[in-house]
Amino acid sequence: MAQYRKERLDRPIKARCEDIFALTSMREILYLIFPRALLIVGVLIFPLLKGVVGLYWEKVLVITCVIGLLSLSWDLMAQVGLISLGQAFFFGVGAYITGILNHKFSLPPFVTIPLGTIGGGIVSTLFLLPALRARGVYFSILTLIIPLLLSRLIEATKIFGGTEGLSGLTPFQNFWIETYLPIFALLVCLFGFRRLINSDYGLIVQGVRDNDRIVMSIGINIYKIKAHILFISSLVGAFAGSFITHYYRFVGLPAFALDYSILPLACAILGGPGSFAGALVGSFILVPLSEVLRVLGSLRVVFYSLILAVCILSLPEGIFHYIQRKYHQFERIVEI
Amino acid sequence: MWGNVLVYGVINSATFILLTLGFSIVFGISRIANFAYGAFYLSAGYLTWVFLTKANLPLFLALPLTILIMGVLGFMGYWVMIYRIRGNTLSEVIATFALGVGILEFFRWMGFVTYEFSLPFLKKGTIEIVGIPLDYQRLLIVLIAGGLLAFLYFYTHHTRIGRAFRAIAQNERTAISLGINSDFIGALSFSLGTAVTAIAAVTVLPLGIITINIGYEVLLTAMAVGIIGGLESIIGIVIASFILGFAQVLAAIYIAPHWSIVVILASILGVLLVRPSGIFGKYKELEERV
Repeated sequence: MAQYRKERLDRPIKARCEDIFALTSMREILYLIFPRALLIVGVLIFPLLKGVVGLYWEKVLVITCVIGLLSLSWDLMAQVGLISLGQAFFFGVGAYITGILNHKFSLPPFVTIPLGTIGGGIVSTLFLLPALRARGVYFSILTLIIPLLLSRLIEATKIFGGTEGLSGLTPFQNFWIETYLPIFALLVCLFGFRRLINSDYGLIVQGVRDNDRIVMSIGINIYKIKAHILFISSLVGAFAGSFITHYYRFVGLPAFALDYSILPLACAILGGPGSFAGALVGSFILVPLSEVLRVLGSLRVVFYSLILAVCILSLPEGIFHYIQRKYHQFERIVEI
Repeated sequence: MWGNVLVYGVINSATFILLTLGFSIVFGISRIANFAYGAFYLSAGYLTWVFLTKANLPLFLALPLTILIMGVLGFMGYWVMIYRIRGNTLSEVIATFALGVGILEFFRWMGFVTYEFSLPFLKKGTIEIVGIPLDYQRLLIVLIAGGLLAFLYFYTHHTRIGRAFRAIAQNERTAISLGINSDFIGALSFSLGTAVTAIAAVTVLPLGIITINIGYEVLLTAMAVGIIGGLESIIGIVIASFILGFAQVLAAIYIAPHWSIVVILASILGVLLVRPSGIFGKYKELEERV
């Protein structure tokens, strides 16, 4: 009996596009640009359609971008082998710094957001710096428990508004700024991270993840590399937090809530870790879906967890890698 | 005053030991960090509650049944989930975390949040120790924690399965070459861990009402103790439990009750700064791995 197997081959156009030849043909240029342009044009045009899609979905887009930023920062940390279970930590620190600056010193958003981003990045990096020396699950454990402990600390000592939080913060007052700011941040992070990880520095980063001892033996300080990546990630996370503080005009204990940890994680895993674009694909699927499912209440979190568990067990490569494969390769059945 | 500190410090420490053992056994033997630990703990509590109030089983039947069922569930859970992803830290962490959060939030959605959810004391009444009235349940916590530690020591040193546990923990490849089935032992360790978790749940939960947040809190406690003592070391766990237990009682008595959380946070950060692998941890830091 004849046996068959599936064979996978690169499309000719992909092979040609890896060369300088790509620049001489419109078709090849289109092949390279199309996926990127689809994303960029899509997110840039969406706010202009607010009359058609309604203000509600514009808000969903903003939330999607914020969760997308968090899941990009998760993915960057996963690149260096640091598996975080608490993006809410970066988010919450950024949110609280911004909120306090605005509430206590009445600084305007264009001052508090940069300060909150940088301050949040520095504070959370310093907090987690001792944990970088530990390997394996210890970092995950710490990132999981620190936001929970911090929220309990705020609850118990009633600092920073306690359980009430700080409300009545300055809003953006301009629809275009508050919508385009997270969109641009998302695009900059996505393409910036992809460029970073493909550079020589990015190779070292991936080396630390795959085999840290070899990287050490070359004479590179892996803790420094890990700290750099941690700092960049926490900057992005803190920016998401500071933005949402002014967007909601409120900062409180929900900033440290588990939702902000598990949703970005689910997005990154669903989309496929390791490519950044996957994290984005995941968040553009999951966040709107979770807005639709808002009626379910706390069952939503069960739903994220279910997606997360199913994806990690049976679909570990993620959606993005699947799409990418279909785009670049074709399959055929051949006889063995 | 000092009697108070002593008695409640010991009880608090014994509670910490109980709450951490289930997590530590699994991690120590098969290197799986079980982030679904809090969910298992709470599941055992609710299972007992269902047996007692819905099925009207007597207490002496409901408790062993819960512990047995949790052990079997742990065994099955290993084959359904962990078996497929064993060895890949990223997948292990995320899968168990997702399972844990999923179970806990499902309980919340089911509405397991009112005051009626509480377990009865194993033995009612109080006793006086050095002039401090103490209920039997709190005394039982200390006895059960001590008993479990003794049992675990005996089990891992004097039975075939227990020695296989230690073999897998020390060097998995050598153990396999000696004919020990690593996956079977892994599943058994998971089962033992869940059973111990169930014992902890039926012992500690009667002290208050069962709420969803207890699930997260237990995970938090187990991990804090584990980080301070060294996750895989039972001696480390015992010492860390005593440090944290007494520090928390002292802070609660001499400063203010809410300071106990500050104590935990501060001790975690302190230990990490001085000795990242915990007081008795061996495997955590890069340089310490052989």
